Amino acid sequence: MVHWSAEEKQLITGLWGRVNVEECGAEALARLLIVYPWTQRFFDNFGNLSSPTAILGNPRVRAHGGKVLTSFGEAIKNLDNLKGTYSKLSELHCDKLHVDPENFRLLGDILIIVLAAHFTKDFTPACQAAWQKLVGLVAHALARKYH
Amino acid sequence: MVLSPADKSNVKAAFGKIGGQADEYGAEALERMFVTYPQTKTYFPHFDLSKGSAQVKAHGKKVAAALVEAANHVDDIAGALSKLSDLHAQKLRVDPVNFKLLGQCFLVVVACHNPALLTPEVHASLDKFLCAVGTVLTAKYR
Repeated sequence: MVHWSAEEKQLITGLWGRVNVEECGAEALARLLIVYPWTQRFFDNFGNLSSPTAILGNPRVRAHGGKVLTSFGEAIKNLDNLKGTYSKLSELHCDKLHVDPENFRLLGDILIIVLAAHFTKDFTPACQAAWQKLVGLVAHALARKYH
Repeated sequence: MVLSPADKSNVKAAFGKIGGQADEYGAEALERMFVTYPQTKTYFPHFDLSKGSAQVKAHGKKVAAALVEAANHVDDIAGALSKLSDLHAQKLRVDPVNFKLLGQCFLVVVACHNPALLTPEVHASLDKFLCAVGTVLTAKYR
């Protein structure tokens, strides 16, 4: 059972309220594909991923990024039950999508950097710690049903 | 993993822009690492790790100086950091996983202080560079 302090919850929900989920999600996914190009292996059918510019402007990347981050929003509403929240998605990522869970950790790290760039001095060390804990737990929950 | 000419150019330019703030960035990266990844504190039982610690500031300066040195000799990071590599292998023996954690925190510091600097391309180059530094520092471990 994960323990969240009141401060951690506030740091997460407080920041989340100020996040443009579509934009932030699009940027996070684009940066994942740019910074760790081998992650493009899951998106062969997304069209033009030939350069950072192409990736940043790719409408399918943007849409998918928004979808992924929207799912994060669900996690934030259910911080005390991440396992339950991600149970079906975990099965999907294992059985149908065949995604190595390491990729969830990579995306989590990228998301932290996107948030840092967006919120700058408001992204305090305590804030980073709370969010790094969250992305780690989300990655863990998504990997939990793998077999 | 190889740094392309574009990566090297991005790294040099980034550290050029960071300039004299590198020391602060080093200290803040350490501070963030200790808060975000508490297990990293196990390497510093002899340090005062409270906020604003002079020891953390001094150590941050050393870390930053090494990164700047590596950036200035980006064609031969292994040569530039050879002595540090020996030190980490023989004396410090910091588990390799921790270099990624410090690298992540360094990128967060850059993002917080200079978001415009961290375009996706520069982000990619800096990430590769920090990986390369970690690889060099652990290269002689066994």
